[in-house]
Amino acid sequence: VTGDCLPDLARDVVKRALASGATGAECTIAEGDEFSANIRMREVESIKEAGSRAAGLRILIGKKTGASYTSDLSPDGISLLLKSALELAAVTSEDPHAGLPDPEELGSLPGDLGLYSADLETLETPVRIEAARQAEAAALEADPRISNSEGASFDSHLGRHIFANSHGFSGEYRSSYCSVAVAPVAKDGDSMERDHWYSLSRGFAGLESPAEVGRTAARRALRRLHPVKVETQRVPVVFEPTAARSLLDNLFEAVHGMSIYRHESFLAGMLGEKVANEDVTVIDDATIPGLFGASPFDDEGVPSRRTVVIDRGVLKNYLLNTYTARKLGMKTTGNASRGLTGNAGIGHGNFFLQAGVQTPERILSGVSNGFYVTELMGFGVNIVTGDYSRGAAGLWIRGGELAFPVSEVTIAGNLKDMLLGLEAVGSDLEFRGSVAAPTLKIGEMTVGGK
Amino acid sequence: MLFAESVFASRFHITPHDLEAWLSAALSQGGDYADLYFEYLLTSSISIDESIVKSATQGVSMGVGVRVIAGERTGYAYSDDLSPEKIRKAARVAACIAAAPAKVEKVDLQEGVRHNLYPVLLAPTETAFAQRVELVKRADRAARAYDPRVFQVQAFYADNLRHVLVATSDGVLSGDRQPLARLSVSALARREGAPPQSGRSGGGGRVELDYFLTDHPPERFASEAAREAVAMLDAVDAPAGETTVVLGPGWPGILLHEAVGHGLEADFNRKGFSSFTGRIGQKVASELCTVVDDGTIASRRGSLNVDDEGHPTQRNVLIENGILRGYLQDRLSSAVMRAEPTGSGRRESYAHIPMPRMTNTFMLAGESQPEDIIRSVSKGIYCKNFGGGQVDITSGNFVFSASESYLIEDGRLTRPVRNATLIGNGPEALKYVSMVGNDLRLDEGVGICGKEGQSVPVGVGIPTIRIDRMTVGGTA
Repeated sequence: VTGDCLPDLARDVVKRALASGATGAECTIAEGDEFSANIRMREVESIKEAGSRAAGLRILIGKKTGASYTSDLSPDGISLLLKSALELAAVTSEDPHAGLPDPEELGSLPGDLGLYSADLETLETPVRIEAARQAEAAALEADPRISNSEGASFDSHLGRHIFANSHGFSGEYRSSYCSVAVAPVAKDGDSMERDHWYSLSRGFAGLESPAEVGRTAARRALRRLHPVKVETQRVPVVFEPTAARSLLDNLFEAVHGMSIYRHESFLAGMLGEKVANEDVTVIDDATIPGLFGASPFDDEGVPSRRTVVIDRGVLKNYLLNTYTARKLGMKTTGNASRGLTGNAGIGHGNFFLQAGVQTPERILSGVSNGFYVTELMGFGVNIVTGDYSRGAAGLWIRGGELAFPVSEVTIAGNLKDMLLGLEAVGSDLEFRGSVAAPTLKIGEMTVGGK
Repeated sequence: MLFAESVFASRFHITPHDLEAWLSAALSQGGDYADLYFEYLLTSSISIDESIVKSATQGVSMGVGVRVIAGERTGYAYSDDLSPEKIRKAARVAACIAAAPAKVEKVDLQEGVRHNLYPVLLAPTETAFAQRVELVKRADRAARAYDPRVFQVQAFYADNLRHVLVATSDGVLSGDRQPLARLSVSALARREGAPPQSGRSGGGGRVELDYFLTDHPPERFASEAAREAVAMLDAVDAPAGETTVVLGPGWPGILLHEAVGHGLEADFNRKGFSSFTGRIGQKVASELCTVVDDGTIASRRGSLNVDDEGHPTQRNVLIENGILRGYLQDRLSSAVMRAEPTGSGRRESYAHIPMPRMTNTFMLAGESQPEDIIRSVSKGIYCKNFGGGQVDITSGNFVFSASESYLIEDGRLTRPVRNATLIGNGPEALKYVSMVGNDLRLDEGVGICGKEGQSVPVGVGIPTIRIDRMTVGGTA
């Protein structure tokens, strides 16, 4: 099977599924080339290079579904793919809400979303290695206390996503990304700390200067040396954008259609209600060209769109696929997401909290005694109840300024209270991935320490 | 399993001669070592939600990874096509990456002896689907029947059968057939006027389907998940700050995985940025603590007959009576550190470079009665079940999140407390272990460990222990 035949193969798999008794079918084919180079202490540590492809099929027989996948695209492999999915529809249950999107909901955004950069196709390996090498060198040269490194890496991925269904949808798009990342280790006396920084782009030309990435990483590691474990207390907590982004990850889980219909979210049943401070507006937008969460259609063939999730503190929308929309008596928001196969789950496009007007410095200056969080650890977030308890590291705020590093503490509260208590939103929104948030300040949380 | 009986010989017609030729191709540009890792993986999964079996999936994936090591440099390429020309191409790509002065003369493969830890005749993946569907249906019914306050139940069953073959330029030829199955149940309970609470349970191993039909039926996991959800309905705020912590037996062994296990993986120590670097022979825990990583326990989720570099797994003592004894090694780190291999080289799949990983990590039993341990605490918390954990190797700080815990007041368990994260520092935390129970228990078999983007199945275990001081991330 050559690459050019893949869209035909997807359509053919759908056709054969129908011919074999399916009443509906969806076929996804993914193809990708990956490259990864790791540098450590200025030497090449590893290089990995390979390509792969695989196909997935989901079929419906009436209201029952079956799903399968294979990395074997030979005729035998495809026959087994079909047989496997059909056989499973016999063992699943009738699900009244199962089905494909309605035909009129299918489609693809027109125009170029800037998802693919051809400069990565021809980028020479030495250039890739050099980017990682420069990033690490800049970190190592930044300060004598940067005496070790976990390494630096250059990664790239070129991918192609093909989707066809039995309502006549057939689409494909290519995407690419590359990144340079470095994780230096700072050491001073008996204190050893690491941190990292990175740049991510659709193409090589869009990457930030590797040396700048390295210097930023070094600064981040150095400022963590000789941390203090503070006393347990209730104080204002300011989240650096990298840490604030994790709150958006939590919020995504809480507005995820599956969590909503199962009542597994503290935001279930809250549409139209005030759930956050009025400075808070949260948007999911998969239509912004060039950003990492953009796509012309979702994983059910529904066009991507912009959905306002929280508008000035009021919960306006959940993020839905076709199934969860039907369960809730609503319309899909074009957020279907899946790997190769299975029932569609839910994903986000560019999911972000809109920038406010205060600079981060301004936000800090208003805090006489508080905690500036730069890193969060662990999984202590319960979306059902909103209970929030995570390991944290960062810097203590004294008199409006960053005073000394803090680690081995926890921050705890409840997401409901945290959203309502979100009293300052920074102006520094920046997309370093598909989820983004500016500096955020929460009025009060419990810092657990000594 | 003998090579001649493997799927790679029978179905893909690969011969030992082919393997030797591909290894030679991999070393054609030089290098100290090369290996081939073949994988043929069959998977299935079934889920039930709202008493409806909403999905069932089965799949097949296959591929080969070719690795060449020259000094500390690794070249890696893989192919998801097992045709000879694609394998040769992957070998050439890996060879170019790791080009170095030639060192390996000729490869002569020999099949070695190995364990037979999971003598599974018929893997769950090979059984009739209808039988496995029944497991999630039974789990759903049992969780709902447990208590009228249970209103949502999900059960997820997954199994896989992984055929692997490792051939190395050291002459190792080793095949394995690795079955794995697990059943997970989650339940939500609610009471009028209060938010819902959740509970989870699950189990499995490298077992036959019979495992779930006899001693570990779905009802056992279902009622455990439902019990936890109902128990948490009465939860009060967790304490904040340092307190005495008692860990119950079994899954709370995740403490060891995070606090010491990762920090003792040899790659971090070879490179000098683990908080345990250079501490072999030093005291890193109280003398009551002996911690082992054992990949040879029959039928366990974390066990392997051979690691993913073809080396037999073994029982490795990490901490003995409080003294740090050794690291977990893979081929590369053991060669550079001139240490004995420990059978700890693992990888997620053929598309991944192996690295040192844990298998089943646990603390040996002590002499205290569990009830005496609880009775000894005037004020503290007792943690019965946990969610996930994470560690910062360099600073040694680690967290793990309690999903079911109770206040201890005057030596008695009183009220359940809300979910809270516990935080500590690896080389310090176990120094505060003052009592170790005689009730060592391994977890039920659902653990997954992530490292540098690679996930592998693992196990943990611990007896009841008392830790005099640890920070609890509550709000009270």
